[in-house]
Amino acid sequence: MSATSAPGAVSTAPSKKPADTPPSRTKKARNPKRVLVYVLLSVGLLIMSAPFLWMAISAFKTQADLTASPPVWLPTEWTLDNFRELLDKLDLPLYFMNSVIVAVLVTVSNLVFCSMLGYALAKLNFVGRNKIFGLVLGALMVPGNLMLLPLFVLMSKLQLIDSYAGLVLPFAAGAFGVFLMRQFMQSIPDELLEAARMDGAGEWYIFWRIVMPLVKPALATLSIFTFLGSWNNFVWPLIATNDPDKYTLPVALATFATDPNKAGGSNGMLMAGSLLVVLPVVILFIALQRHFTQGIATAGMK
Amino acid sequence: MRTMTSKAVQTAKVQAGSGASGSPATGPAGRRGGKKASMGVQNVAGWLFSTPFLVLFLVFMAFPILATLVMSFTDFGLRNVTHPLDANFIGFENYVNLFSDEKFLKSLFNTAYFVVIGVPLTIFLGLVVAVLLNNGIDRARTFFRVGFYAPVVTTIVAVAVVWRFVLDPSDGLIAGLFSEVGLTSPDFLGSETLAMPSMIAMAVWRNLGTVMVLFIAGLQAIPTEVREAARLDGAGVWQEFKGITVPLLRPTLLYATVITTIGYLNVFEEPFVMTQGGPSDSTLTVSLNMYREGFNFFHMGYASAMAYVLFVVIMGITVLQLRLLKDNTK
Repeated sequence: MSATSAPGAVSTAPSKKPADTPPSRTKKARNPKRVLVYVLLSVGLLIMSAPFLWMAISAFKTQADLTASPPVWLPTEWTLDNFRELLDKLDLPLYFMNSVIVAVLVTVSNLVFCSMLGYALAKLNFVGRNKIFGLVLGALMVPGNLMLLPLFVLMSKLQLIDSYAGLVLPFAAGAFGVFLMRQFMQSIPDELLEAARMDGAGEWYIFWRIVMPLVKPALATLSIFTFLGSWNNFVWPLIATNDPDKYTLPVALATFATDPNKAGGSNGMLMAGSLLVVLPVVILFIALQRHFTQGIATAGMK
Repeated sequence: MRTMTSKAVQTAKVQAGSGASGSPATGPAGRRGGKKASMGVQNVAGWLFSTPFLVLFLVFMAFPILATLVMSFTDFGLRNVTHPLDANFIGFENYVNLFSDEKFLKSLFNTAYFVVIGVPLTIFLGLVVAVLLNNGIDRARTFFRVGFYAPVVTTIVAVAVVWRFVLDPSDGLIAGLFSEVGLTSPDFLGSETLAMPSMIAMAVWRNLGTVMVLFIAGLQAIPTEVREAARLDGAGVWQEFKGITVPLLRPTLLYATVITTIGYLNVFEEPFVMTQGGPSDSTLTVSLNMYREGFNFFHMGYASAMAYVLFVVIMGITVLQLRLLKDNTK
């Protein structure tokens, strides 16, 4: 419930007030504004979701409807053939599991390592801190593709091509996460940590028991960002896997989409595939999204 | 109310200010007297907390970065993948060649085009949506948020496949809209002038949610009391936005702008999957050019030089942004 209290407090306050204060003015002033906000958001949402709707509807179209020109909006006949044919030709559960395993490992290691460095950079005074922060900023600016070739050579020498380790290790701790955690941890008052230090708490205790619970919304944000980053990563898995059994979902889908012997330009199968790839993450996001609504400041004050 | 607001503004300043460069925290001279014992503990703790990241960083980032730099001064080619040490040192030849390479210059221009139009659009629209979501509504908030964020969670391959279909001039969604009003759809991805704007539209569509989430987190970090105090003092929507929201949002704005710019300067996957850089190299970005030179033509030394030119450009722009946005808070 505290999830909605932070943002809710702003907008529910006026609606409670009319009971004690003269109601007419506030109500009239707010309603047209609210309608406008809803209209703007709805138009925006329609534009944002149009490609998805098109994808979802097209996945159930017959080949004839798919290639009709001008296009038909709704299928003249709904069909599941696209899904059947796709699952026949592509071992989606295998690629799904590969993607899940890699994404989970990457996320957990990022949460731990990025928070640790984020805490050190935000709250500990130590020699070399600014240099390390400079490294992190520098790492943020490095184009990912800058490292592809030497990474490939390195992974070959370590014999980690076609292994989960090879897919996970280069992403096990990202500068993005460090920057994010540092930004959020800076908002925790120093006095709080000083008080804990006065009471004899060690740095690990302070980090793990005081700081981490306070930055839960940031951790949730980082989890989702990292998980999705790994889930959507395309170039490195493409390069680091040769064995089709080790493909992640995007690599499998891309290979499938460009192989004329498999999908062969069947938009129906590709839309069905895209839908199946997109759906699990959207559901996961819906399940986790309430963590976003917990205000960082609100959490810090309790 | 005044005091509360100005205090909050100060906090925002401090946060934005310590973001970029040396705040006075490190030097031993900067601390007050009785803190020496705690300083020693913090030195040890600081390094212990940093070690896991640093190890991973050194092996999987610093080494490849240096290796790429070394390679950029060689004629590293396909055979050197198995025998890296056989590559020949050729000095600055790769770099010199780059600046008479029309393809490279075109990819530089395309990347600049993408960034200059794409970044402000993404930041502006992300901020607008976040402010709307944070102010006007409460019940449908989740619904809208999920809707606006959905493109971010989608795999680029799926997105590219879908957008190609959406933009298809004969049987796509846009073609359908055009035919409803009696027009013929242009061939967006097949046109030299329209391919890049289409790509920018897709990038904005895809990245708006990321920026929106950052802004929502930033907006919610603003204490409710500050807003309520402002309202009691009779501040209007615009005054509240200008006087409270924007100054307190500055750290988020800085972060969002820097991240988006870096991301867009590296733009690779969109043209890679959607157009392969065409038509006539009109969507060939630096990253895509680099990937092609390296992995399709195996001019890996040359590709490494390209990577380094892009790196220097990105570093320069980021430092500039950090400085500009920091100064603005004064």
